[in-house]
Amino acid sequence: MTEFVSALLLQSGYNAALVAIGSALLGLAAGGTGTFVFLRKRALISDAAAHSTLPGIGLAFIIMVALGGDGRNLFGLIAGSALSAIVGLLVVDWITKSTRLPEDAAIGAVLSVFFGFGVVLLTVIQVMSAGKQAGLEGYLLGSTAGMLFQEAATIALVGAISAGALLLLHRRMIVVAFDPQYAETMGFSVRATDLMTMGLVLLVTVIGLKVVGLILIVALLIIPPVTARFWTNRVDRLVTIAAVSGGLAAYIGAALSAAYPKVPTGAIIVLVSFVMFAISFLLAPERGVVGSLLRHLRFQHRVHRRQGLLELARGETIYDRMTLRVLQRAGYLRGDGVATLAGRAAAAQELKNEARWEIARRRNIEFADAARFDGLSQIDTVLTADEIAEIDAELSRQIGAVS
Amino acid sequence: MSDVELIARDGDRVGRKDPECPLAIDGLTVSYGDKPAVFSVDTRFGKGRMVAIVGPNGAGKSTLMKAVLGIVPKLAGRALFFGEPFESVRSRVAYVPQRASVDWDFPVRVIDVVLMGLYRSLGIFGMTSKKDIAKAHACLERVGMADFARRQIGQLSGGQQQRVFLARALAQDADLYLLDEPLAGVDAATERAIMSVLKDLKSEGRTVVCVHHDLATVRSYFDDVLLINVRKIADGPVASAFNDRNLQQTYGGRLGATHIAELQQPAG
Amino acid sequence: MIGQEFVQLSLTPMLVGILASLACALPGNFLLLRRQTLIGDAISHVVLPGIVVAFLISGSIAAWPMMLGASGAALVAVLMIEAVKRFGRIESGAAMGVIFTSMFAGGVLLLEQSDTSSVHLDVQHALYGNLESLIWLSAEGWGSLFDLAALSEMPPQVGRLFVVLALVVAFIAVFWSSLKIATFDESFALSIGIPARLLGFALVALTAIAAVAAFDAVGSIIVIAMFICPAATARLMTDDLVVQVLWSAVFAVVSAVLGYMLAGYLPGLLGYDYAVSAAGMMATVSGLILGVACLFGPKRKRIAPTA
Repeated sequence: MTEFVSALLLQSGYNAALVAIGSALLGLAAGGTGTFVFLRKRALISDAAAHSTLPGIGLAFIIMVALGGDGRNLFGLIAGSALSAIVGLLVVDWITKSTRLPEDAAIGAVLSVFFGFGVVLLTVIQVMSAGKQAGLEGYLLGSTAGMLFQEAATIALVGAISAGALLLLHRRMIVVAFDPQYAETMGFSVRATDLMTMGLVLLVTVIGLKVVGLILIVALLIIPPVTARFWTNRVDRLVTIAAVSGGLAAYIGAALSAAYPKVPTGAIIVLVSFVMFAISFLLAPERGVVGSLLRHLRFQHRVHRRQGLLELARGETIYDRMTLRVLQRAGYLRGDGVATLAGRAAAAQELKNEARWEIARRRNIEFADAARFDGLSQIDTVLTADEIAEIDAELSRQIGAVS
Repeated sequence: MSDVELIARDGDRVGRKDPECPLAIDGLTVSYGDKPAVFSVDTRFGKGRMVAIVGPNGAGKSTLMKAVLGIVPKLAGRALFFGEPFESVRSRVAYVPQRASVDWDFPVRVIDVVLMGLYRSLGIFGMTSKKDIAKAHACLERVGMADFARRQIGQLSGGQQQRVFLARALAQDADLYLLDEPLAGVDAATERAIMSVLKDLKSEGRTVVCVHHDLATVRSYFDDVLLINVRKIADGPVASAFNDRNLQQTYGGRLGATHIAELQQPAG
Repeated sequence: MIGQEFVQLSLTPMLVGILASLACALPGNFLLLRRQTLIGDAISHVVLPGIVVAFLISGSIAAWPMMLGASGAALVAVLMIEAVKRFGRIESGAAMGVIFTSMFAGGVLLLEQSDTSSVHLDVQHALYGNLESLIWLSAEGWGSLFDLAALSEMPPQVGRLFVVLALVVAFIAVFWSSLKIATFDESFALSIGIPARLLGFALVALTAIAAVAAFDAVGSIIVIAMFICPAATARLMTDDLVVQVLWSAVFAVVSAVLGYMLAGYLPGLLGYDYAVSAAGMMATVSGLILGVACLFGPKRKRIAPTA
């Protein structure tokens, strides 16, 4: 525990501190960038980008070795991975545009085929390096343990650059995500903005490779926006919440991994992020599952109560089992289906309420808003006493006319 | 208590099983979370009638249709077809979903789509007999699409797609037809062709219910109308129920006075 | 290459590759048309946590606990994705992204925490499989295919995949019409009494079974490639569903055979004396075939609706 606290406070050594800060910046940029991909319903396009980095890594390694250099050079590998991810994205785009195949098929085809080819290259490299570990496996799952200072510094730097780029571009990206047509009139090209978004995705992906690995990098882009979605409906807040939760998850995860060397960095960052998601999914007040479910059940109960009481008042047989249960539990019906005194009183009250609502709706045609005039609430909780008096006057006029 | 009894009288029709009534809906409520999409709708469709379901966008017209068919879950209420729950009289009911709800770039031909209407009578592995194919052809003939039987469905225009959907429903040989926006986005020729088929169905004593969006043609095409905006506003013969008061209430004042005046003109 | 050595060393890996490719490619046709191809991607990823948990519980790396664990994980993943989609009102791609990455991460964490590394359970294996090791040493030539004693010594993957493929074919044949209708028009299918949602779930379950049976022989990656590429290629060849399914089977077999041969012989032809990953090569070949179809497939274009 103390190791974890000291890692959280950046007291676990210079490299670990750099990695934690770099990861946090990376998570921040990924969460924010991912929001825009998520809003355009293209979340898994980032998975295609991530998986298609593998052949680039392999080729870069082979080329660097062929040129007599060190195959593991981080810059070379990053450049290679970025190039091949770009090719992967272009292929997805090309398949979607020029054939009938839907985007999900294009994404799946590119990610599996590029990855498969990457695996072929990895086996080539294994033979080339003749038994020596080429260390490229680290790019599959990421690892920050034993990271060189230069690598840690690069991650922190590129993390800062991508977070900064996001800060500069996010206004424009929000406008485009929110209303593409309006954005065009403001002079923001949608196409160009999409390209910038994909550029940021690429940046996040290639630096994320070393930290979380190419299989899990997509989690950093997807989970924070989905988490944020449970807390707000506003795009600007969505971006902020996603960026903060992404950054926080990455920071905590990196610290945990620094404190416990057996804990793989990428996996733990994703899991911390998932915990935040799970909490939001279940407990967020507006869109959380527990709240929604309770509201749904309460609503269902009110609907059945109203319906049952109206049927009771009209002397109709009640068939719906749930309606029967609701009325019996409220003491309005006896076990044998006969109305109790309380039930008859409540039914009469409900019928009167319904008749009042009917008139209220007719008198307020402009406000024929179903949500407000739904008839589920007692009318005196919505309208004022004098409004009700007027409605009652009309009600008795109508009854007079009938008899 | 006396006023309550009086009001109660005009609602006293629920609960009986009427095998003559093609569709009786009682207290139907559908909700997404706690937002009702359809709220407590009671209505009855008469045998051999042409009925329009009319209301603004998002008023729950399609949802109502899907809920009675069990495609979306009901929160409360029930629907009886010919006095029975839907499951036991499925074969007497044909449903035509919105054209836009399917992927028309699907690898089947026109005739295959119409044969789907005969699914219930096909053998194992969905083998089709000569008789089935002849029947499907006859249905295509009725909608004027016989020459298109072997076309891939992606090659059809919107109007032609709608005709194929109608032919599939004809193949089901039902007593009640539920059509979701059959005239949306179709050309004038298709509109005429579809209406003529629907009128034939009616003259054979079958019942036709359409979700309909074009207020201007309600009077000339339909016998009865159901006006809904989440709840039922009015139902009954077009002549009485399709009035400006009810329309105003359905569209919540979103319908201009001039628009209403236009609708009052006899069509044609 | 046709003699005893081929039967001993190459026949079974090739056969396993073919069976696995077919078992994935056939349901892939329906996944493609239902816009669900990426569910195959998601399921392949959660196989790892499944086998790790199975190992931690059973303490062995025997096939059946592994298969059960993987199937269980696939089921959990599918249910969780559905829950996030329905109750969280999250779009399906994002819902899949959340669940499969999290479960994969859980698998990686468990793997590192336990002593599984001593029993050859590792991420690489789950990803690229171990096709080359499936040799049939007791075979003495082609005749061994009719020799029960030798057949019983065949790697068990062959038999397992054969059963799974038979299951896949039976499912598709029996439910052909209902599957077609439910895929084309779900609302209509429900209205005529086809349990379209149950059928959809059964299809996903079948996908999971195929993925699980295929993974330990050929690895996750080729599984994803085979779910998508043969069916997608076939989609560009025809407008008839029956023909499409048949084409996808052809492409699956060609990818498997060609991929295996290239992995074994291409480096040799280029003057190197080693083989590259066969599973990776099969995925690559299936992608190349798809690429060719994207350029030249007779039905590659989307038909523009005329009105």
